Amino acid sequence: MESVIEQIINGLRTGSIYALIALGYTMVYGIAKMINFAHGDIIMVGAYSLYVFISLLHIPVILSILLSILVCALLGITMEKVAYKPLRNAPPLAVLITAIGMSFLLQSLALLIFKANPIPFKSIIKLAPVKIGSITIAGISIITFLVTTLIMIFLTLFIRYTKAGRAMRAVSEDRQAAELMGIDVNRTISMVFAIGSALGAVAGILYVCQYQTLQPTLGALPGIKAFVAAVFGGIGSVPGAMLGGILLGVIESISKAYISSELADAIVFSVLVLVLLLKPSGLLGKNRIEKV
Amino acid sequence: MALLDVKDLGISFGGLKAVEHVNLSIEKGELFGLIGPNGAGKTTIFNLLTGVYQPTCGTILLNGNKLEGKSPAQICRSGVARTFQNIRLFKKMTVLENVMVAFHNQVTYSLLDGMLHTKRYRAAEEEVRKQAAKILEVFHLSEEKDVLAVNLPYGKQRKLEIARALATNPQLLLLDEPAAGMNPNETKELMDTIQLVRKQYGITILLIEHDMKLVSGICEKLLVLNFGTELASGIPEEVLKNPEVVTAYLGE
Amino acid sequence: MIEKIREKMTGRNRKLMMIGVMIVGYIACVFLAEGNLLNRQMKSLIVPLGINIILAVSLNITTGFLGELSLGHAGFMAIGAYTGAIFTKYVTWLSPFPAFLIAILLGGVMAAIFGVLIGMPVLRLKGDYLAIVTLAFGEIIRSVINAMDVTGGAKGLSKIPTYTTYTWVYLVIIVTIVVARRLLHSRQGRAIVSIRENTIAAEAMGVQVTRYKILAFAIAAFFAGMAGVLYAHNFSILKPDTFDYNKSIDILVFVVLGGMGSIKGSVIAATVLTILPEVLRSADDLRKLLYALALIVIMVYKSGNGKEMISRLLKKKEAV
Repeated sequence: MESVIEQIINGLRTGSIYALIALGYTMVYGIAKMINFAHGDIIMVGAYSLYVFISLLHIPVILSILLSILVCALLGITMEKVAYKPLRNAPPLAVLITAIGMSFLLQSLALLIFKANPIPFKSIIKLAPVKIGSITIAGISIITFLVTTLIMIFLTLFIRYTKAGRAMRAVSEDRQAAELMGIDVNRTISMVFAIGSALGAVAGILYVCQYQTLQPTLGALPGIKAFVAAVFGGIGSVPGAMLGGILLGVIESISKAYISSELADAIVFSVLVLVLLLKPSGLLGKNRIEKV
Repeated sequence: MALLDVKDLGISFGGLKAVEHVNLSIEKGELFGLIGPNGAGKTTIFNLLTGVYQPTCGTILLNGNKLEGKSPAQICRSGVARTFQNIRLFKKMTVLENVMVAFHNQVTYSLLDGMLHTKRYRAAEEEVRKQAAKILEVFHLSEEKDVLAVNLPYGKQRKLEIARALATNPQLLLLDEPAAGMNPNETKELMDTIQLVRKQYGITILLIEHDMKLVSGICEKLLVLNFGTELASGIPEEVLKNPEVVTAYLGE
Repeated sequence: MIEKIREKMTGRNRKLMMIGVMIVGYIACVFLAEGNLLNRQMKSLIVPLGINIILAVSLNITTGFLGELSLGHAGFMAIGAYTGAIFTKYVTWLSPFPAFLIAILLGGVMAAIFGVLIGMPVLRLKGDYLAIVTLAFGEIIRSVINAMDVTGGAKGLSKIPTYTTYTWVYLVIIVTIVVARRLLHSRQGRAIVSIRENTIAAEAMGVQVTRYKILAFAIAAFFAGMAGVLYAHNFSILKPDTFDYNKSIDILVFVVLGGMGSIKGSVIAATVLTILPEVLRSADDLRKLLYALALIVIMVYKSGNGKEMISRLLKKKEAV
C-alpha cells in the first residue's frame, strides 16, 4: 500500500511538471491555433539558463531563477515574431513544419554550445524530506506541488479577472472580432507566448532539480508528453491542461512501477491515441464544428 | 413520386435550432429555387441534403431511398451533387483534373491497373478525359483546361464548380449561390448555361439565391426560408405576392 | 529544342526513353560504385543515399500528395527492417536471392499492414492531431521493439546477413518512383490529391476520404518498410533507437526541401542532403542546425507574408 501511495506521489510530481508545460501548449493553441512544437525545448532552455546563471556566472539562486524565466519569456516572444507571425494565415502544415524546425534549431544550438555530453547539475532545492506515517515525501516533491498549485491559482485568476486575461480569452474565441473590438491582437499573442514560455522555464527548473543532469534533448520527451497531457485534458482548456498533466503523470508512474518501465512511454502515447479516438475534444475541451 | 422528398427536416446546434420543419418536394426535371435572407438556413439545408451535417429530425428521400445517415461520398454516388457558396475547388490541380476527380466513381479500374498501365486503365483514362473535356466545352472552359484552378478568374471558378459537380453524373444538382459576386452580364450568361445544362443533361436543379428577381425569372417553384423555417412555397408569382415574404425581405 | 523533342515523343517512345534512362542510370551507378572513381567513404554512402531516396519519395506520398504530416515514418521503416532481418536470420535454408526478395516484400507488406491498422482508427483525425498521433505511433513502435525479445530489445539485432547490393537498392528506387508517379496519374492518386486540396469538396465529389487516406498511408508505409529491409541488410546491425523521431524528421526535411509533392525534388534533396554533410565533413551538430534553419526559412519564405517581409526589410535598408 505504501509503495502505491509513493508511486502516486511520484506521479503527481512529474504530473505537475507536465501540467506546467501543458499549460503553455494549450494557451498557445487556444490563441494561435497552432501546436508550438518547440515548446518542449523552451524547458531545455530554461534548465540551461539556470545552469549558466548559477554554476557559471555564480548569480544568487533567486535572481538566477527570475533571469531564467525572463530568458524563456523573451525567447517565446522572439520565436513567435520571427517564425510564426509571418505564417499566421498559412496552411497548418506549414506552421507545424516551422515549429518542428524551431524545435530542432533550439536543440542544435544547445548542442553546439554545450555539447552532447550530459552536464551534472546539483539541485537548488534543499528542503528536507517529510515523513507522514511510513510514507516519505521528498523535498523536491513538496516544492513542485507548492509552486505548481500557486501558479495555477494565479493563472486562473489572471485569465478570469484581469483586462489582459479577458483580451486573451476574446482573441482565442474569435481573433477578428476581438480585433474589431479594439484589442491589440499581436500584443495579446506575444503575451501568451511569453506566459507560456515563462511557465515552461519554471517547469524546466523543476525538471532539472529532479533529474540533476542537463542534455540538449532534455525537453523533447517531456514536451511531447505534456502535449499528450494537453490533448488529454482538452486542448485550449486551461483547467484541462492541469488535469491532463497530473493524470498523465500518475498513469506514467504507475505503469513504470507495475507494468513495465520499457513500455511506460508506449502506454503514455497510447493514452493519446485512445483519447483522440474516443473523445477527440479531450476531458474538458469543447467540440467545434467546421463551417462549410 | 417526387425525385427529392424532404419531410419535417430540422437540425439544432447545441440548442440553437438552425433549421426546423422544412418540407420540400422536387419533381424530376424541375428547377427549384430556395430563397431567403442571409442566415435563413439555406446553406444548412444543402449541408443536410449532402450529408455534411446529420439532421436531428426529419427524413430525406431521393427516389424513395433514404439519404439521411449516409456520408457525403455515398450521397454523391446516389446522385446528388453540389457546389459551394465559398468556392471549394482543388486549387493546385488543373481545370481538367478538377473535373476528372468528379469522375471518380464512374471509373472502376483497380490500383494495380493504374500501376501497370493495363489496357483497362488506358481505355478508362481516355474515356474520362474525353468526357471531362466535353463538360468543359459546355462551360466554355476548354481553353483553360491545363490552367491551375487557383489561377482562373473568379467567374470561371464559379463555372468550374458547376462543371465539376455535373461531372459526378447527378440526378439532382444543388447550386449554392452560383451567381454570387458576378456582374449582371455574367449572371445572365451563367443562368443561360444552367438552363442549357438542365435541358441537355436532363437533370433536376435546386438553386440557392438571395436575389429574388433573378430566381423568380428562371425557377418554376420556390421555397422561401426565414429564421430556419418555411415562410412560403409554390410558384414564383404567388410566393412573391405573399405579404409575409414581402415583410421578411423589405422589413415592416 | 528540348520542348520540341518532348512534344514529338508520344506514349510508347517516351516509355522506351524512360527505360533507356533507367538502364543508363544503372550502368552509371555500377561504374561509380565498382570502378575506382570513388573513394571508400563515398562508396559507403551509395546504399544509404538510395535508402534515403526511397524514404523521401515514400513520405512524399503522405505528406506531399495527401497533405498530411506524418512524423512516424521511421516507425514503418523499423517494422520493415526488423521483419526482414528476423526472416533472413531464421530462414537460413533459403539461398540468398529468394530469401532477400521475400524479406524485402515481407518487410514492405508488414509495414503496410501496420500502416492500415494504425490508419484505420486514426485517419479520421486531421492536421495537427494526425501529425502528433503519427509521432506517438512511431514512438510506440520503437518502445515495443525495445521491449521485445525476438528483436533483441535495446541491445538490438546483430549478424544480419549483408544481402543489400547496389542493384537491389536501385531496383527498389525505380519501383518506388514509378509507383509514385503512376499513382499521381490514376483515379486513386487524383482522389488522394483532391483530399489534400479540399477535403470537403473531395467528399462531395464522391471520394471516400478515409479509404484514400489509408491507401496513401499504406503505400508510403510499404516502401518505408522495404527501405528498412535494405537498411538492415546493409549495416547488419539494428537498434531501436535508430528509428526514433529524429529519423522521421530527417526524412521530412528531404521532402520539404525538395518541395512537397515533387518526386524529382525528393530525389534531389535526399541526394544532396546525404552527400553534402559528408563532403563538408561537418559534424552532425551542424547538420541538424542547417536542417532546422532550412525548414523555417523555406516555410516562412513560401508563405506570401515571408516574401513581403523580406522585401520590406530590404526596402527599409534602402531608405536608410
